[in-house]
Amino acid sequence: MNRILHTLLALMSHWRRKPLQLVALLGGLMIATALWSGVQALNAQAKTNYDNAARLLGGDAVPSIALESGGRFDERAFAQLRRAGWKVSPILEGRIHINETSLRILGIEPLTLPPAAGISAGGGLGPAVFEGFMRPPWRALASAETIELLGEDTGTLPPLTASEGIAPRMLIMDIGAAQAVLDASGQISRLLLDPAAAQPGTPLAQAAALPLTITENEAQGDLNRLTQSFHLNLTAFGMLAFLVGLFIVYSAIALAFEQRLPMMRTLRALGISARMLTAVMLAELVTLALLAGVVGVVGGYLIASALMPNVAASLDGLYGADVAGTLSLEPEWWLMGIAISVIGAVGAAGYSLLKAYRMPPLASARRYAWREAQKVWLSLQGGIAVVLLALAAILMLTADGLIAGFASLAALLVGSALMLPPALAVILSAGQGMARRPLSQWFWADSQQQLSGLSIALMALLLALGANIGVGTMVEGFRDTFNDWLDQRLVSEVYFDARTDDEAAQIEAWLANRDDVNAVLPTLKTEVRMGGLPVIVTGFRVHESYRNSWPMIDIAPDAFDRVAAGDAAFVSEQLANRLDLSLDDPIEIGSWPLIVAGIYPDYGNPKGHISVEIGAMRAKLPDAERGDYGLRVAPKDTGALILAMRDTFGMDDSALIDQSALKSYSKGVFESTFAVTAALNVLTMAVAGFALFMSLLTLAEMRLPQLAPLWAAGVTRRGLAGMELLKTLGMALLTAILAIPLGLAVAWCLVAVVNVQAFGWRLPFHLFPMQWVQLIGLALLTAALAAAWPIWSLRRMPPVRLVRVFTDER
Amino acid sequence: MLAIRDLTKSYDTLQGPLNVLRGVDLDVEAGASLSLMGESGSGKSTLLHLVAGLDAADAGTIMLGNMDITALDDAGRAKLRRSRIGLVFQQFNLIPSLSVAANMAFQAQLAGRLDTAWQDELVDRLGLGDLLTRYPEQLSGGQQQRVAIGRTFAVRPDLILADEPTGNLDEESGDAVMHLALELVARTGCTFMMVTHSARLAAMLDRQVTLVQGRLA
Repeated sequence: MNRILHTLLALMSHWRRKPLQLVALLGGLMIATALWSGVQALNAQAKTNYDNAARLLGGDAVPSIALESGGRFDERAFAQLRRAGWKVSPILEGRIHINETSLRILGIEPLTLPPAAGISAGGGLGPAVFEGFMRPPWRALASAETIELLGEDTGTLPPLTASEGIAPRMLIMDIGAAQAVLDASGQISRLLLDPAAAQPGTPLAQAAALPLTITENEAQGDLNRLTQSFHLNLTAFGMLAFLVGLFIVYSAIALAFEQRLPMMRTLRALGISARMLTAVMLAELVTLALLAGVVGVVGGYLIASALMPNVAASLDGLYGADVAGTLSLEPEWWLMGIAISVIGAVGAAGYSLLKAYRMPPLASARRYAWREAQKVWLSLQGGIAVVLLALAAILMLTADGLIAGFASLAALLVGSALMLPPALAVILSAGQGMARRPLSQWFWADSQQQLSGLSIALMALLLALGANIGVGTMVEGFRDTFNDWLDQRLVSEVYFDARTDDEAAQIEAWLANRDDVNAVLPTLKTEVRMGGLPVIVTGFRVHESYRNSWPMIDIAPDAFDRVAAGDAAFVSEQLANRLDLSLDDPIEIGSWPLIVAGIYPDYGNPKGHISVEIGAMRAKLPDAERGDYGLRVAPKDTGALILAMRDTFGMDDSALIDQSALKSYSKGVFESTFAVTAALNVLTMAVAGFALFMSLLTLAEMRLPQLAPLWAAGVTRRGLAGMELLKTLGMALLTAILAIPLGLAVAWCLVAVVNVQAFGWRLPFHLFPMQWVQLIGLALLTAALAAAWPIWSLRRMPPVRLVRVFTDER
Repeated sequence: MLAIRDLTKSYDTLQGPLNVLRGVDLDVEAGASLSLMGESGSGKSTLLHLVAGLDAADAGTIMLGNMDITALDDAGRAKLRRSRIGLVFQQFNLIPSLSVAANMAFQAQLAGRLDTAWQDELVDRLGLGDLLTRYPEQLSGGQQQRVAIGRTFAVRPDLILADEPTGNLDEESGDAVMHLALELVARTGCTFMMVTHSARLAAMLDRQVTLVQGRLA
């Protein structure tokens, strides 16, 4: 024990002499852990919310009875089934908007709820909370966060009571209250079936006289499946940032190993066995990793707290998933974060530890001749890179599934990173070949020598830049496409939603008498399941507005006429991809046979979508709900029409909106969806900048023997500093230029493979050269900032320190 | 004390195996001092390294008392160096991040036999009293070698092996270091074996042997 302690103390004394290396090691580990655990915290929080939501209705354990064709149905079916012996309980679900907050309403009937549903028995909702729940003026249960979000102005909602175990932005109330709030008098969405009760002899169809069917509770499975791609995206970014952070750790450990070689040789000579030396080095590393892990996990918590509101907005905007905007994490998350720090550190140090274990006591304490060692290593590295890049290409062309898509991205990124040093070596060698003057020859030769010390940081910079260009190209392309699509898709100048059928009829009659309204375009909506997927069916009036502007990916020649005839439909791209549909393929909505006449993009919609003629839909799916109305108006008359509708029908902004406001809302959802990606992009760049800074700083001292002879030969310190800066900027510039093809390959992989697999849509591939120029500028700025301190120190270095190089050599 | 029998050692090179030691036999009595001389490449440092357990022999035996060093594994050789053998190198091999005091005590602490009184005596004899809080990089070559000698003697080894201990020092400093080392050898009664190129330094020891092409002359 004594021996172990003294060996450990001797090894750790190295850090006192090289505090910057310690900062790089701890900093790299902290950053890697923080970014990794931050992303894990975001995923864990979302998962907890999904699970809470699933538990609230008993999850998969409680089956439902619903209409075969989807949609709400008459609540009398509940009484009929109960009389026939079916142990069922009615549920009404829907959404309302209050103060621009989307709220999910869940109406229940507490007395008949099956115990397995978890509302009356578990999830924190004990019997006490139901006092005053079931009769007017009713009470609604919500999380404290939701109540705080809504504030005082709760519109027509019943009084709110805080209760634990309820998903954010969800309100649970008596079904009578829910019918009033959702304007669904006498209607229910489904019936929960008590799984513990025996099914009666009377068949379901006979008991209820409606086309009902028993379904498993799949909604939560849908949410998990739909959001999986989003979380996988986050995880991929977290892993990239973790990898970049580990580059710093690897660099610091490798440098420390090399500098401690003489000490290790001495320790071995003084009687420390290879096994003990390796074990003590491992213990030292684990101690440091634990320390960095604790700080990193706290950092991860702070990062996740800052990003959580954006993630919640993204999940709500993309998938309608209710996720809390604040964090509450389990102890396992904290422990996992610390463990990942230790695992990362040991992984990054694996090679050094192996070398320590295998090192004979007589190993040379001097560094290897760098040129020979570098040549061998660069050849090996280049070989591995070629294999990985070939693997990436094969996976990209044949990838089937999201995991394969991300695997191809990983192979592409790691392969390119490994290829960078050999590529730079070739370029620098060519530069040296062309140089004629002594100083420029030294410049190129020295750049090559410096490459081994800087390569890890440059690889980190390449990864960060490549990911930035790739994701930036994808997002910019998506933004352009989305905006064009919105312009074409939102053809009406005004949209409104009537509160009741009566109001809808009144408004339609009122509009018919106005000269400024050129067309009224009503819609119908219902949700069905096709091939196990949730699908929204929308009925629309086949009108010139749609014929002229609806963007289509593929369309039959007489498509609109066939849809108008009621025997054809348009399907969204993601549904077509998921069900492998193409033009003229047959589909069925319930028992309604249709032919696919067109395939259209439907960006941002997690559910499949089918559009059919409204009249035919009303006849075939009589339970479909009334949807929004679009009004074609001359743009100059839009304002007056909206004012008149407000005055006449008392409609507010949530029920009446003009095209530009709707576009602006949609674009807002789009931007918030990518806010997290943008933040992680910036963080990854910051990590790469830190890696470069630490490398330059640790190399600065080691470079004195290279610089001192030049100084002695008459090059001023200012001149030396200038050349050092030029060299750093040159390396960064070369790296940034090489990052462009990498970024484009990443973008292509995201657009053509990952997005198609994750979301079901494929975007056009656009190039944004100005973005590259900006990123090259950012790379140079990062390099200049990272180099500033070491170069400033060199400029101000006392001559005695340069002289000492020669003294030490003697 | 030390009995070496038919010791051979070769290294693989691009030109084929290089036979450095070709059957060395040597006996050194307890408490004796011996110098190993020879041309560069004659095998003297290799012989020293094999005795120290820093490297493994191809064939032959090295008995230190009753212990066969050639039969020990890595852990066994490490234990031997820690507790019974002291090494003094030309390059000093101090731990740069530890102070002079910590370097002096280091091997004795590893061996679990730190003797404070003996440590104080060594500091006094080696004239290191004013340097204890300094770090190796703040010392001259002669001072660093005195610290290395102090570290070696602190553990009271049975055998001290020195590989050109004054090779990095000027003549005056080298002589001073040598005298101090020999005083301590006499004080502790340990066996002392030194590789050197200097006939003058070799003459200070009890016995001189010369290696020629891997064999004792």
